[in-house]
Amino acid sequence: MKSLGANSDAVLGRASARRLRFDNWTAATALIAAMAAVPTVAVVTMAFMPTDNIWPHLASTVLPLYVRTTLGLMLGVGLGTFVIGMGTAWLVTMCRFPGRQIFEWALLLPMAIPAYVVAYVYTDLLEFAGPVQGLLRSQFGWTTKAEYWFPEIRSLGGAIAVMTLAFYPYVYLLSRAAFLEQSVCVLEVSRTLGRGPWRSFFLVALPLARPAIVIGLSLVLMETLNDFGTVDYFAVATFTAGILDVWLNMNNTSGAAQLASVLLVFVLALIYFERRGRRAQRYHHTSARYRALPGYPLQGRSAALATAACLLPVVLGFLVPAGVLLNYALTHYAATLETDIVRLTLNSLGLSLLAAMITVAVGAFLAYGVRLKGKPALTAAARFASLGYAVPGAVLAIGVIIPTAWLENTVDGFMRATFGVSTGLLLSGTVAAVTMGYVVRFLALSFGTVEASLAKVTASMDGAARTLGSGPAATLRRVHLPLMRGSILTAAILVFVDCMKELPMTVILRPFNFHTLATFVHEYASDELLAESSLAALTIVASGILPVIILSRTITQSRPGHGRSSNGKAKP
Amino acid sequence: MNMRPCSKYFGKLGQLGTVCTVFALFLTVTPPVSAAEINLYSYRQPFLLKPLLTAFTKETGIKVNVVYAKKGMLERLKAEGINSPADAVLTVDIGRLSDLVTAGLVQPVKSPVLETNIPPQYRHPMGLWFGLTTRARIVAAHKTRVKPGEIGSYEDLAAPRFKGRVCSRSGKHAYNISLVASIIVAKGEKAAQAWAAAVKGNLARKPQGNDRAQARAIKEGVCDVALLNTYYMGKMATNEKKPQQKEWAKAIRVVFPNQGNRGTHVNLSGVAVTKSAKHRAEAVRLLEFLSGPFAQKIYAEQNFEYPVKAGTPLHPMVASWGRFTADTVSLAEVARYRTLASKIMDRVSFDH
Repeated sequence: MKSLGANSDAVLGRASARRLRFDNWTAATALIAAMAAVPTVAVVTMAFMPTDNIWPHLASTVLPLYVRTTLGLMLGVGLGTFVIGMGTAWLVTMCRFPGRQIFEWALLLPMAIPAYVVAYVYTDLLEFAGPVQGLLRSQFGWTTKAEYWFPEIRSLGGAIAVMTLAFYPYVYLLSRAAFLEQSVCVLEVSRTLGRGPWRSFFLVALPLARPAIVIGLSLVLMETLNDFGTVDYFAVATFTAGILDVWLNMNNTSGAAQLASVLLVFVLALIYFERRGRRAQRYHHTSARYRALPGYPLQGRSAALATAACLLPVVLGFLVPAGVLLNYALTHYAATLETDIVRLTLNSLGLSLLAAMITVAVGAFLAYGVRLKGKPALTAAARFASLGYAVPGAVLAIGVIIPTAWLENTVDGFMRATFGVSTGLLLSGTVAAVTMGYVVRFLALSFGTVEASLAKVTASMDGAARTLGSGPAATLRRVHLPLMRGSILTAAILVFVDCMKELPMTVILRPFNFHTLATFVHEYASDELLAESSLAALTIVASGILPVIILSRTITQSRPGHGRSSNGKAKP
Repeated sequence: MNMRPCSKYFGKLGQLGTVCTVFALFLTVTPPVSAAEINLYSYRQPFLLKPLLTAFTKETGIKVNVVYAKKGMLERLKAEGINSPADAVLTVDIGRLSDLVTAGLVQPVKSPVLETNIPPQYRHPMGLWFGLTTRARIVAAHKTRVKPGEIGSYEDLAAPRFKGRVCSRSGKHAYNISLVASIIVAKGEKAAQAWAAAVKGNLARKPQGNDRAQARAIKEGVCDVALLNTYYMGKMATNEKKPQQKEWAKAIRVVFPNQGNRGTHVNLSGVAVTKSAKHRAEAVRLLEFLSGPFAQKIYAEQNFEYPVKAGTPLHPMVASWGRFTADTVSLAEVARYRTLASKIMDRVSFDH
């Protein structure tokens, strides 16, 4: 690209070269967005195939329940993750209290445990026959269920609690990054003008962090919508449970695709209204003055409260589930040792690493292409491509299978007819197909993260770089990539950790004799044999811990002059 | 500072290295192509199949590659079409078998061995699928809290005396859907819906968990009766790794419902050869093996199922429950009513 510009010295030639270059970016961005959107489009297309009209039956029976439950779940999980994620992020970023430095990374740990495993563990603990109620009964001499009240874990409330614990780290992560990026000057101005710490927080810090928090929340809500494992186990009738029911129990694939499409429209509407809500606002950082964050020291009761507030999500979201798994693994070590844990771990790690690299490359490319061209159609295409995250994994897997196999069979047909050779299925049922599935499913994570960080780079930087003679590619390499390094690492780790946990797509798309840690855990846990697979479940958790700590350090260091003290003191 | 670019390149090299390693890793996973192998799509958990397949490979030298999934197999087979690598599909219930037939994905097999081993009611008339084992949907009743003779049929579960005493897994589970479908065949849609509504009214708790969880609930006093598959009773009663499950099984008396009339509902696990099979001969050989005396004995001994091959000895514990009469309705007929059964469960709001 560079040589193209350099070789053409005539004014006309240079102009046409530039136009060509611009078109290349647009075309490449559009092409990649289109490819990533194919499975989602395939799902929507399935919705238009002729089928029994499932809607009258649903509308007269379970549809209102699906809608109510789903909205309740979204509201509960949204509120829960917002309060816990954003609140703890503010505490560890702005205040000083005992344990703060540990909480900085420990608050991310629940991310390493799949939500369905958290659900299994808490059911074992809290159901009627579990140890908690058993202890209560033996302490108080109760024998039957009728004698006392205990919250039912397999319920909407239970699902909200489990998902809040499993998903709040997304909000924590993005809010913390946003709070770290804020210039203290802005907050100080607010304080000087007479606002107290609470009002400054609500009127200045929170609105400034809004884009990041919204991205965190939208990731949480999309994950809530696509979840099947937890809601199925808890028998909570969400829209997604309905999609799977229509598909599998009523043999109505198109009907299921119609429900999934309605879900997509709903997500699109949410995104649209949120964007419109802050249409007129831009969130560039105008001050380059970064001082060390003030770190309000908390004492006495407020320090204890802050510690408790940070400790609780870590204990409930990580220590308890991981502890139970460890206990199972130790007591059932004979059963768990039969498994080829090394093979499973290598498969999971290899697949997740590969998928994380590709997903981040694609996400960063799309985010940059969208920024560069600023064309609404392109932006919309990229957003649509990252909608795969909101589709239930099993349904999206079918969206991957159908177009891929169609293409392969078409090529095969052509080759047979023309050359008499069969090329067969080249991608279907291979690791490549699974990787493709992961990329499509988790594109939202990388695209969203990189887009958020790019939005904070003022357009004048691009302008300056371009005026000084850098083309789009060079600007990307020399200006944006260095600025985006932190967010690219963040995106990579998010995708990696999610891939390690991924279940439905892996199950459906995988090759023969191929198992990952997650599929292995599911094989047993789905038969309520969690103990037999606890070692594999623990391995998923353990492989998530290190990346999560790296992630926390990356974010801490993202603030100039902040982070480890060895980085040098902040400028006064 | 001068080291920066250098280390950056090393970083890139490192990444490249990782990618190469990853690919190398996957190459080792891909099964080598050879004539002596077959590819199986399975709705059944591999850990249940392992002893059977190991024995098959030992006897025939044919390697069996398996991919297991509970959902999406049908769509995958449809999409892959003639190029699908799958040679045979193993299912846990009649519903999936009839789906394969409806979608035109399986081919007829004619084999004297299969026809000798499998009674006609457990195989497709044209050889499109073959049943391997049956599991009875029994009523599990608490040994003391339910008096002998208090429950004798599925219909009894709907009786007012069982108000607040019934546990169930999800009404949408394939086993329950299949049972409701069999009631539709026997008594019509209206009666089946009335039955489902009455059972729902008798539930002690919201439907949840799998069959083991129902047994546990009976032991713990949550409820007195539940529907169970015989297979789970055996698995619990002999669970050395988790002895508490033996206690669950001990609390339960096995009742074969409807012995005075249409018989106990049974579900069929089976196998079919795909239209696209590239290793048809080997696949048929696997079918014959699975219906043969050795494999049928393993099914009976290790999985506590009822083998379809006559004369195969049952597991002593299964035998101790006594002989029973199975519902003789055509299983294909039952499969046809699954969608309606599923809708009935929605109409009576069974799960919610």
